[in-house]
Amino acid sequence: MKETAALPAAASGVWVFAEQRAGIVQPISHELLARGRRLADARGAPLTSVLLGPAGDDGLREMIRRGADRVLHVADPALQDFLPEPYSAVTAHLVRERRPDIFIAGATTTGRTLMPLLAVLCHAGLTADCTQLEIDPATGELLQIRPAIGGNIMATIRTPLCRPQMATVRPRSMKPAPPDPGRAGEIERLTVPPELLRSRVRRVAFEPADDEGGGIQKAEVVVAAGRGLKKGANFDLVRRLARALNAGVGASRDAVDRGWIGYPHQVGLSGKTISPRLYFCAGISGSVQHLAGIKTAEHIIAVNLNPDAQIFKVADYGVVADLFELLPLLTEKLEARKKSARAPGTEGSG
Amino acid sequence: MDIIVPIKQVPETSKVRMDPNTGVMIREGVESIINPLDLYAIEAALQLAEGCGGRTTALSMGPAKAEAAVREAIAMGCTEGVLLSHRSFAGSDTWATSFALSLAIRKRGAFDLILCGERATDGDTGQVGPGIAAWLGLPVVTYVSRILECGPRAVVVRRMIEEGYETLEAELPCVLTVVKEAAYPRLPTLRGKQRARAATVPVWGPEDIGAPAESLGLKGSPTRVVKVESPSLARHGDVRTPKDPAELERAVDGIVDYLERLGLT
Repeated sequence: MKETAALPAAASGVWVFAEQRAGIVQPISHELLARGRRLADARGAPLTSVLLGPAGDDGLREMIRRGADRVLHVADPALQDFLPEPYSAVTAHLVRERRPDIFIAGATTTGRTLMPLLAVLCHAGLTADCTQLEIDPATGELLQIRPAIGGNIMATIRTPLCRPQMATVRPRSMKPAPPDPGRAGEIERLTVPPELLRSRVRRVAFEPADDEGGGIQKAEVVVAAGRGLKKGANFDLVRRLARALNAGVGASRDAVDRGWIGYPHQVGLSGKTISPRLYFCAGISGSVQHLAGIKTAEHIIAVNLNPDAQIFKVADYGVVADLFELLPLLTEKLEARKKSARAPGTEGSG
Repeated sequence: MDIIVPIKQVPETSKVRMDPNTGVMIREGVESIINPLDLYAIEAALQLAEGCGGRTTALSMGPAKAEAAVREAIAMGCTEGVLLSHRSFAGSDTWATSFALSLAIRKRGAFDLILCGERATDGDTGQVGPGIAAWLGLPVVTYVSRILECGPRAVVVRRMIEEGYETLEAELPCVLTVVKEAAYPRLPTLRGKQRARAATVPVWGPEDIGAPAESLGLKGSPTRVVKVESPSLARHGDVRTPKDPAELERAVDGIVDYLERLGLT
């Protein structure tokens, strides 16, 4: 099962693990390519995107336009949905054959499951949920930078001897590069030995998330609320604001434990860690555990009745006010703007 | 049903310090608890064992005082506990930790299921559960939000992913990592605490599990922490305290302006 560690000198190239859902290449793949491109340029090495499962030609070419020099595509239908065994067996097979120096994946449910399996199968070092990756100019090593201990510290980690140097990267911690239609690259379609595709886990059914909660780690904007809402039905106020902002809906642990909203919405140490462009929260006091989940949000706007609430210590803009007055007023203003903006043109808000 | 629950002892608060030279956490002087996310795995294991009869074993790796976490798991209802503790395990990353735990699980003998918490609240990696599965060559399902059925040969579970919930069937033995939705942890009972006090918790070292020294601890870990810093929270927020409806309106306009500057309106 275990291979001897590849000597660093024998390994070369930067790989990213792209993801598809129902054949559509996911945005995390483009974020990883933007990051991988910088690393590959710093190393003077090619950038390879690995995609498992069916995907259309345009999705594959789009990865070249977004920075890949080569796309390795294993289209076997057995790889349509993420299953740990075939995914790890196939990627381990590719890694052993081609020996990349660096291999990064998204810190998604897929990446955070696949990469630890791969780390053991290939005797590689792995760092979880990085927010920054750099190349050490002196040694050419990958420096893996991540928050730990509830975001209270930033740790820099390296992998001195084992290859590939692996990391999962927090979604939304890097913007995708704009597509360059002139970029050239190669798409390599591979078949793998059938025994690699065996799985003792079978997917029986799938039930899509009923609302905005499932995707809060991917959302550009998250609107969240907590105990200050007083009752579950008041989440309607939050949902309406979220719709006006095209946002996901988050919640504090308090709100989830009271049964006001489902666990997929929970933000914080025992819920999800998110890095949206904007985190807007109302009626959340900002416990240490909650703040741990939003430390890497780019901007934070907070509304709370208590001027001493901890959330104001991390907010870029705060209003000490009753959320039952403020939220409807804000939502109306945003809805009015949306309407007037939509009237002249047909441009969507994306 | 024979279930193993790997657990970790973690610092109680997120106010812990790091040794700036070694990058290792200073655990002294901070109260320690069972990783809160492991409690869901313990509870799920107890419910399965109660439902179909069976044995639950809490397994931890850590310093000698991590025995307290193992005893607490017994107080909650686990049948027994084992602690892996020796200085040669110190400084293990997730690769070396999952390796040592997998050897301990092998030594303990046959089992049906390994139930892990999704991740620990201190290291926050979520890599040890899948790592154990890889070392043992077992199927794994992560982010399990509910165990729907558990038969003699397979388990059917719900898995929480970004887009919704998958239903998956996994052959036994296998490894599951559970999220908070999976169970509501019980508190230890008085009788459980008495049982925990009386229990013998074997402490295993590298020889007990047949671990090669070069694969343990800091020496066996592929990754190295090279630097640790405390990020300064450089947010200097503009906090408004409106006194009347007109001021509230201005504060709300301030939010709208802020959103507009971000291009979000």
